[in-house]
Amino acid sequence: MNINATLLGQTLMFAMFVWFCMKFVWPPIMAALDARKKQIADGLAAAERGRHDLELAAKRSAEVIREAKEKAADVIALGDKRASEIIEEAKAQAKLEGERIVAAARAEIDQEVFRAKEQLRTQVSAIALSGASKILGREIDAKAHNDLLEKLVAEI
Amino acid sequence: MTSEALTSSDYIRHHLQNLTCGFQEGHFHCAHNAEEAKAMGFCALNIDTLGVSLILGLVFLFFFHRVAKSVAQGVPGGSQNFIEWVIEFIDNSVRGSFSGRSALVAPLALTVFIWIFLMNLMDLIPVDYIPFVAEQMGVGHFKVVPSTDPNATIGMAIGVFFLVVFYSVKIKGLGGFIGELTLQPFGKFGLPVNIFLEGVNLIAKPISLALRLFGNMYAGEMIFILIALLPWYVQWTLSLPWAIFHILIVTLQAFIFMTLTIVYLDMAHQEHH
Repeated sequence: MNINATLLGQTLMFAMFVWFCMKFVWPPIMAALDARKKQIADGLAAAERGRHDLELAAKRSAEVIREAKEKAADVIALGDKRASEIIEEAKAQAKLEGERIVAAARAEIDQEVFRAKEQLRTQVSAIALSGASKILGREIDAKAHNDLLEKLVAEI
Repeated sequence: MTSEALTSSDYIRHHLQNLTCGFQEGHFHCAHNAEEAKAMGFCALNIDTLGVSLILGLVFLFFFHRVAKSVAQGVPGGSQNFIEWVIEFIDNSVRGSFSGRSALVAPLALTVFIWIFLMNLMDLIPVDYIPFVAEQMGVGHFKVVPSTDPNATIGMAIGVFFLVVFYSVKIKGLGGFIGELTLQPFGKFGLPVNIFLEGVNLIAKPISLALRLFGNMYAGEMIFILIALLPWYVQWTLSLPWAIFHILIVTLQAFIFMTLTIVYLDMAHQEHH
């Protein structure tokens, strides 16, 4: 156990090993580690971004659904309004129609009454004529007294 | 492998002897015992320390480099997962202790941690296996744990020390570095005291790094050797708990060496007045 040139050999060997390690071992492994670190960080960032996008999309879809619901409610309200309008219109039309029918019926009735009166009048004049002829006991010349009779009919 | 011919102290001495080789009297030759190794002086190499640490360093770099080449950004496979886990651990340690920015410190910390961890891990190979195999191959001594050789730990500590000095000068300038050594903590009138205090402070860094690792691993190895002196049928009662405890020491010492390296370099990067 004595000090000799082994010491220098060992120092030299040490220096060479360190040099080799510094040149060919450390940098590639460290570069790979850094690259993987970056890759992982990128992956995490992408995942975060994805989550954020998802959140935005969920918000957006909720918005769309809310809008659609609003629109649907509007449509329904409009429909209801339109329906009641149509009903009102129909009611008005029906009323008009009814009145028209009533008026026509009334006119027909008036006409019917008038015709009946007319008929009645002619029958009454005929009755009166036959009555008068019975009373007088003789036949009145219908032709000779026609204008008289007509005058009588007009008077009734 | 306690043979009858060897006494206990011979056995221990044998195990603590590195395979020291060098040129002596014109030819390459390896020491047979501690005295011969000592006689070789400074111009000798501990072949076992250098060889094992070279192989372990190459294993570490080969394994990591193979993963680094085929590294995928997507879902990582088994070995890539493990390596990324280690790298993240080192990176976190560096970020926690090192305030500046440097392309060197993190790879340095990684190399220090894994390399020392593997060297320490050799301690868990039963103490007799490799010396026995080496003996069969005609090699007298083989210490398999490089970090129980002070040459290895001091060698690495010197590397760190050079880096500390280099970055101190680079960040603060030569004047700033010298000023830091001479003008604090007592101002310019306490110059000799300052130089002494800051000098000790500076020198203590590599020494504490080297001796802490060496001392821990040497002590652990020593206990394994002592346990190996017991009869073979009781060895496991001690060696198993010690080995399990040693797994902690092995990792902890590698971690401490790494953390202190980071901290020293952080101090070198910081300007203080």
